Amino acid sequence: MNDRQTHDYAALVVRSLNIRYADGHEAVKDMSCVFPRQGVTAIIGPSGCGKSTALRAFNRMNELIPGTETTGEVIFGGRNIYGADMDPVRIRRHIGMVFQKPNPFPKSVYENIAWAARIHGFKGGMDALVESSLRKAALWEEVKDKLKKSALSLSGGQQQRLCIARTLALEPEIILMDEPTSALDPISTSRIEDLIADLKKDFTILIVTHNMQQAGRISDMTAFMLMGELVEFAPTKRLFVHPEDERTERYITGRFG
Amino acid sequence: MGAFDHDEGYRLRVRKNAAFTWLVLLPSLLVLAILAVIVLTVFLKGVKALNPRFFLETQKPFGDPGGGIANGIVGSVMVLGIAALVSVPLSILAALHLVEKSSSFLSTLLRLVVDSLQGIPSIVIGVVIYAWMVVSLGSFSAFSGGIALALIMIPTVTTSIQEVLLLVPASYMEAAISLGVPRWRASLGILLPAAKSGILNGVGLGIARISGETAPLLFTAFGNPFMNLNAAKPTGAIPLIIYEYIKSPYADWHEKAWGAALILVAFVFALNMAVGARKTDKSR
Ligand SMILES: Nc1ncnc2c1ncn2[C@@H]1O[C@H](COP(=O)(O)OP(=O)(O)OP(=O)(O)O)[C@@H](O)[C@H]1O
Ligand SMILES: [Mg+2]
Repeated sequence: MNDRQTHDYAALVVRSLNIRYADGHEAVKDMSCVFPRQGVTAIIGPSGCGKSTALRAFNRMNELIPGTETTGEVIFGGRNIYGADMDPVRIRRHIGMVFQKPNPFPKSVYENIAWAARIHGFKGGMDALVESSLRKAALWEEVKDKLKKSALSLSGGQQQRLCIARTLALEPEIILMDEPTSALDPISTSRIEDLIADLKKDFTILIVTHNMQQAGRISDMTAFMLMGELVEFAPTKRLFVHPEDERTERYITGRFG
Repeated sequence: MGAFDHDEGYRLRVRKNAAFTWLVLLPSLLVLAILAVIVLTVFLKGVKALNPRFFLETQKPFGDPGGGIANGIVGSVMVLGIAALVSVPLSILAALHLVEKSSSFLSTLLRLVVDSLQGIPSIVIGVVIYAWMVVSLGSFSAFSGGIALALIMIPTVTTSIQEVLLLVPASYMEAAISLGVPRWRASLGILLPAAKSGILNGVGLGIARISGETAPLLFTAFGNPFMNLNAAKPTGAIPLIIYEYIKSPYADWHEKAWGAALILVAFVFALNMAVGARKTDKSR
């Protein structure tokens, strides 16, 4: 593939990504891969293998942790987001993030969506933006009469969909999700999975999950990480049915301690 | 003998427990009793001075019938208002910086300033403000009194705001930053509002703390027996009136001093209770 083709195909190109925490721990080692545009890519692996660290590198969130060192390249829209002239604040507007624990702002449902949009200078109709974002997150019907209520009064699953809506309102190209359903009950989980299946038509979604069934259900591609290394990256079906690496096989068949 | 029969050791333990409970309770009861005596004394002595004229009239020369402390009440509101207006924004900014950039050079400096300021006796602050402001402006004023009180308020309010900011879950800021919002906008738009009620409590307690301060007002606000609404002019204050009246040899003025003290105590109680009510409201 030449550069032009890569650019059309790829949402993110990762080259020799290394991340080291302040204590010297190398959480991600020499990761290189291409995340395709649209669709869902799952990142799986045992606890502590560096999934969250890698994910947070894709919108430079690791910079909130003092002393974190990142080397290598993450190419987004033809430019290295770690380039000297890149502003992390602007990158995050295009590469959104949904966290493990729902973290809506302690504001009204409406303000949760409107706040950032307003700061980014959104000029259109705010009511329309709030409604369309909530609709996209399959939450509108449930909260349309509670827009002025505190977001903290919603259920955990609703809060998480509100967090997704909040990200969608900025129309990012990529949405990073770090175990977005691990704090939720099965019904809320399946609603979010349905939502992800719907959103992948318009957005590139990278999702970290502990749950291999979930990865199998919702992702098109799967990346398997182990001790900071990207061991295998393949279409989900192939990775689960015919893993190339013996370590992948051991993990997906549950033979890892 | 059954397993739950009370043996000698059990009875001893019960007695020790009771003794210990009393040992802990006694000092608290003592403090409570002292507080009750103080409040009761102020109330009994002060209540005699209270009547509508006491609130509506200004101070009168000794011998003139009537007279009140309206000039002091208005002056105190002015001086405390100025102190709050000056100290609250500064304290909020300082606390934000201390929380957001805790390892910066400015933070180290701020901590040093806050700690030192806390240790300076309030009369010294009064003298300094006298030298800086009163002398150069050529007049005692509510303004310089407010600044002196602000300096006394800043350390306590900064510290309490810093504490409530640290209680705000980090996940709020993380979410805000992940939306591509600059950090300072996130601090103002998410962190501060999330801590709003704690900040108000801190400010309320800060005002309660300084409302009885007399020493820093002696050579700044100075006092004024007449009603004054000009912040650039000498201004009365309730504690100054108490100080002036209780020093006097007249029984009538002593009574008025107690009356003024009662108003001050009632104000501080009301502030504390408002803060307490907000707190229980929050915890529900
Ligand atoms: N702030 C930090 N400072 C030092 N080490 C850290 C820090 N955060 C994570 N680590 C370490 O880096 C490694 C990778 O952590 P990371 O959170 O990326 O793992 P993970 O794959 O997301 O795990 P989990 O599935 O439990 O969420 C772990 O060994 C972890 O202990
Ligand atoms: Mg993780």
